[in-house]
Amino acid sequence: MGLAGLVLGPVGLVALRAEHWGLDPADWAAVRFTVLQAALSAGVSCALAVPAARALARRQFAGRAALIRLMGAPFLLPGVVAVLALLAVFGRAGPVNQGLGLLGLPPVSLFGLQGVVLAHVFLNLPLAIRLLLGGWQAIPAERFRLAQALGFGPMAVARHLEVPMLRAVLPGAVLVIFLICLSSFAVALSLGGGPGATTVELAIYQALLFDFDLGGAAMLALVQVALCAAAVALAVRVTVPAGSGTGLDRASDRIAPGGWRRGADGVVIGLAAGFLLLPLLAVGVNGMPGLADLPWSIGAAALRSAGVGVVAATLAVTGALALALAAARGSRLAEAAAMLPMAVSGLVLGTGLLLGLQPVVQLEVVALPVTALVNAALALPFAFRVILPEAQAVARDYGRLQAALGLRGWAGLRVVVLPRLRRPLGFAAGLAAALSVGDLGVIALFAGDGAATLPLMVQRLLGAYRVEQAAAAALVLVALGFGMFWLCDRWGRHAAA
Amino acid sequence: MLQLDGVQIGQGDFAVRADWAVPAGAKVALIGPSGAGKSTLLLAVAGFLPVVAGRVLWQARDLAPLGPASRPVAMLFQDQNLFPHLTLAQNLGLALVPSLRLTATQRDRVAGVLGRLGLAGLGDRRPAEVSGGQAGRAALGRVLLQDRPVVLLDEPFAALGPGVKADLLGLVGEVAAGAVVLMVTHDPTDAQRFADLTVLVDAGVAAAPVATTALFADPPAALRAYLGR
Repeated sequence: MGLAGLVLGPVGLVALRAEHWGLDPADWAAVRFTVLQAALSAGVSCALAVPAARALARRQFAGRAALIRLMGAPFLLPGVVAVLALLAVFGRAGPVNQGLGLLGLPPVSLFGLQGVVLAHVFLNLPLAIRLLLGGWQAIPAERFRLAQALGFGPMAVARHLEVPMLRAVLPGAVLVIFLICLSSFAVALSLGGGPGATTVELAIYQALLFDFDLGGAAMLALVQVALCAAAVALAVRVTVPAGSGTGLDRASDRIAPGGWRRGADGVVIGLAAGFLLLPLLAVGVNGMPGLADLPWSIGAAALRSAGVGVVAATLAVTGALALALAAARGSRLAEAAAMLPMAVSGLVLGTGLLLGLQPVVQLEVVALPVTALVNAALALPFAFRVILPEAQAVARDYGRLQAALGLRGWAGLRVVVLPRLRRPLGFAAGLAAALSVGDLGVIALFAGDGAATLPLMVQRLLGAYRVEQAAAAALVLVALGFGMFWLCDRWGRHAAA
Repeated sequence: MLQLDGVQIGQGDFAVRADWAVPAGAKVALIGPSGAGKSTLLLAVAGFLPVVAGRVLWQARDLAPLGPASRPVAMLFQDQNLFPHLTLAQNLGLALVPSLRLTATQRDRVAGVLGRLGLAGLGDRRPAEVSGGQAGRAALGRVLLQDRPVVLLDEPFAALGPGVKADLLGLVGEVAAGAVVLMVTHDPTDAQRFADLTVLVDAGVAAAPVATTALFADPPAALRAYLGR
């Protein structure tokens, strides 16, 4: 109920304040650009993920498990850091443009539509690969053995096994990434902008901070809610594949055709790994030298970010656990409530809360609590998805035993639920913490000079063209986010066997 | 006395009916083909499934308002009778205090039961670290500590070898000496070894219990079909 209030309250406030019903041409341009870039980002990510996931599914090589695990990293990577990473590789002075220059080709620009899409593909390709890899691994080994027994060639395998699987898995994967990219703010803020490349989220931000147009911002926020809600409604109809499938490191029983296909798979894996890992590496390399002369305020910002991460993760996981336990007992309402935040974005909730709080308190004072609260709400659906399958398994396997022994309430939670769910709880907490630490959304609306978090600092340094300091601060941010994820996940993995 | 008074569970093709009573301390086997409703009947007595008609009574008291934990019933399921993350001692301790904050006396009781069931020294192990037979003994130990007048066994030892199973059935006789035991089984020898009464469950009806020896000496048509004779 608190969650519903937190999500629907700001949306209601936004609806009340939306003054001029109707959109001006610039607003329409933002809507068109938002949908276009999200569709392109989702389409390109999934199209590239098909050969990459197939290659990973059927090849066995040293470092394969590590590579698959690393694929989880960009999803947790803060948007501002992704931008820095891509600038290092694809920027004006980056190796790609230098290479193109040597060949006498014109340089590519990282700004505008192509830059936004490239950054989104960089952030979401690994997610697409993991979703499709799960699909490949869900094809029963017996079916591959049957295909071998019948002497299927690669074409026949594709037609009878792989295409039907893709037809089931791809729509869900496309929709998930489309939904994520609809709410893009940090990437659009750095690489987009201007009349041709403004997302609705960015337009909300600009309306609030530069035009002081509360009514216009509220109207745009409503548009954003409508867009996301439509995408969520679509996603509910399509089965969305499970994200963090287990057993992703098994390639046995898969048909691994030799000849040129072997080489092609190697090239695909190499390209995908290079595309994902080189920019990450560049952040590390570029960030190192600047670490020494970072301003002392970075430390304070890191502390604030860590605090936001801890509070948001605690709230998100507590809420997700309560909803997952209710959903495991068959409550459809709990499941719907957990999905609710998917229909809003950081800027929408931020606008609503700003409208509600501005008359009452000084915004800067509440910037951090509001950021933590909003991030908790936004991370909750992810945490819920992680916890739900395990909560259902516990209810299925031990529900009756628990009831027979009268293990309910606090005792049931302490003796059965928490120990059995420790692993997904740790993972979900890590996920929520890392996402919250790296989020640049609400804080950009609320923070004055005093309450900046680390992602906001990176963004400001980047905006001031202090690229070296920005890279160093980004490195600190990455270390903080992944460090918190690693700690939480490790706590979960330390669960008794 | 455990009385099933015109009880019906489920609807239509999936219904099972029973209308009989057994005296305190009776050992009863429920036998019959898969899907006949043996487990369904036990789950209803334990309070996991509602009865759509009739009443389940213990000592003339209707059990309908009572949840599974408040009924005078201890039950062993087909599997998942022990929590894998808790030690054997903790699993047994749940029977006394669900929050597992046991007093020294209660801990002694747990240790005593472990010893009595041949599990001395294994209290600190987890279920995965002992044999299937030892895990079965631990589950029986919890039933012993629960100390309820009705014990329901839904084939808890079906996955074990015949020797171990016979062993555990012998233990059930000791552990639940004074209790009504309803035991689901597929195996006629289990019924003959353990139960003085047998209920034949077939075609949605749990027939009134009859003496096991008499039943197997002159099996009715349904039982003959089940036994393949």
